[in-house]
Amino acid sequence: MRPIALIAVNVFRESVRDKVLYNLVLFAVALIGASYVIGQLTAGQDIKIIKDLGLAAISLFGLFIAVFIGIGLVSKEVEKQSVYALLAKPVTRTDIVLGKYAGLILTLAVNLAVMTVALYAVLAVMAWMGMHPTPGLDPATLDPGLLTAIALIFVELAVVTAIALFFSTFSTPMLSAALTFAFFIAGRFSTDLDHFNTVTDSRAALWLTTGLYWVLPNFGPFDVRAEVVHGQPLPTGEILMTVLYGVLYTSALLVAATFVFSRRDFK
Amino acid sequence: MAAALATDDLTKDYRVGFWRTRPYRALDALTLQVQPGEVFGFLGPNGAGKTTTLKILMGLVFPTSGRAEMFGRPVGDLHVKRRLGYLPEQPYFYDYLTAEELLIYFAGLFGYRGADRRARASAVLDEVEIGAERRRPLRTFSKGMLQRVGIAQALVNDPELVILDEPMSGLDPLGRRAVRALILALRDRGSTVFFSSHVLSDAEALCSRVAILARGRLVTEGRLAEMLEFQVRGWDVVVAGVTPALQAALAARATRMTAIGDGRCAVELPSMYSPETIAADVASAGASIVSINPIRATLEDLFVQQVADAARQVERR
Ligand SMILES: Nc1ncnc2c1ncn2[C@@H]1O[C@H](COP(=O)(O)OP(=O)(O)OP(=O)(O)O)[C@@H](O)[C@H]1O
Ligand SMILES: [Mg+2]
Repeated sequence: MRPIALIAVNVFRESVRDKVLYNLVLFAVALIGASYVIGQLTAGQDIKIIKDLGLAAISLFGLFIAVFIGIGLVSKEVEKQSVYALLAKPVTRTDIVLGKYAGLILTLAVNLAVMTVALYAVLAVMAWMGMHPTPGLDPATLDPGLLTAIALIFVELAVVTAIALFFSTFSTPMLSAALTFAFFIAGRFSTDLDHFNTVTDSRAALWLTTGLYWVLPNFGPFDVRAEVVHGQPLPTGEILMTVLYGVLYTSALLVAATFVFSRRDFK
Repeated sequence: MAAALATDDLTKDYRVGFWRTRPYRALDALTLQVQPGEVFGFLGPNGAGKTTTLKILMGLVFPTSGRAEMFGRPVGDLHVKRRLGYLPEQPYFYDYLTAEELLIYFAGLFGYRGADRRARASAVLDEVEIGAERRRPLRTFSKGMLQRVGIAQALVNDPELVILDEPMSGLDPLGRRAVRALILALRDRGSTVFFSSHVLSDAEALCSRVAILARGRLVTEGRLAEMLEFQVRGWDVVVAGVTPALQAALAARATRMTAIGDGRCAVELPSMYSPETIAADVASAGASIVSINPIRATLEDLFVQQVADAARQVERR
């Protein structure tokens, strides 16, 4: 366990010292702040729009962070050959993959936390300035339900990170990025694959779509932003199932990544 | 006692070519043993397969066939790794870390904790003479400084077996001397050192035994002093006051003879004449000896010859 933790801390340190990350987070925080202005332009809807924009910003910038750090981590280590000295230490290749992943998740969690604080700060300022019909710290304004949506975004990004890490164990950063984005987009629309049988009779096409449906991640259930913003109830069981799905999918990817990484020649 | 390091018929084929890949044999049935406490030089020209061998030992590439063991355990065994230090060929480390942070990180991976961990890191940095620069990011380090950091990280766990891939590369004369001293200090501590090099004088100065590799094959192996190739091949004698009679007598025996002028002569004599008889003959003819030196193959000669032999063999196949 200790090697994994040490490798994870080093990954975190690497990302903390990366200027790109700060720019991304600053930009996201600025965007969340700007939603305040946009909210003012649309009378009455302001709070909902800010929440919606804020969650969208968190999801989008979280995705950038997950992909751009995720793709580089393992491939850079191999390409620049820093893995040579690392692997000579009493660590296994599995330790390296898991440590890298844990470090990424830590980085992601800290970044999401920063963005979440920014979102709540904007909401709090609005409530305090009395922009909302009921001034004061209105529970509807500082809705803790947002946290549910953010938690699901986090799990979704954890899956995306695992996808990026998996690809980066055997392909170049550019290709990994392209494949990860492709997976992400496909995952957002994967529910549609299930309905493919209603539009085609071709058996081959059906086999293919069913296969893809099972292999590709299904990101649909992770998006509860609309429900949260409009205050609709969310069944706890469904959310837990979604989290469980994310954990299982991630585990499968990490096993695959370890399998690939353990068999590679570093030449 | 198990050998510190042993390979058995170790072979590695790389796949080369873009579409239709074909195997390229970088290492061909290497069988070697290094005993505990030895300083072993692994010599060979560029592309001989030295780095490939070391990478197999470190579990970075997998052999096509054959086996490698350290302390009687297979490559990649964590117990072995704990007792091992490795300097890669072109050491690159995380350039966002300072030298100190890197060493502390690696010391942690070896299980050092707290104050011990910092102490270990700082002790090895002292050993390779990295001073206040240790607080600077590795990004700002020169090649030679990185090489020193590389050596430091190979020693952070006080290893029993140190595997160094061209430890002198990129170092200035002072650095080379320091590394030589370090290797001898490691030996005195009882560690085994296995290092690759194509700088032959390093091997001559340090090694108890060497192996010479060319084109992936082991050409020769053993103690430098006992290698037949290094026995005296003849004598280089400079004589002053040479008379015509002596000149004729010497010319009959010499393999080469050059007149330097002023009655001086440089003579190359085969090894069957002992220096004592040469000196006696010269003295009885009324001439004097200016200098007398043994002619010995240098490691360089051997190198050139072995490489040529290997090339010829490959052509014949
Ligand atoms: N990744 C690779 N793919 C294909 N061939 C390789 C690869 N790595 C090394 N080789 C080939 O294997 C042979 C041995 O290379 P290796 O790096 O082991 O040599 P070396 O003895 O360390 O040489 P040097 O003194 O230059 O470091 C060379 O002919 C090299 O071209
Ligand atoms: Mg080499």
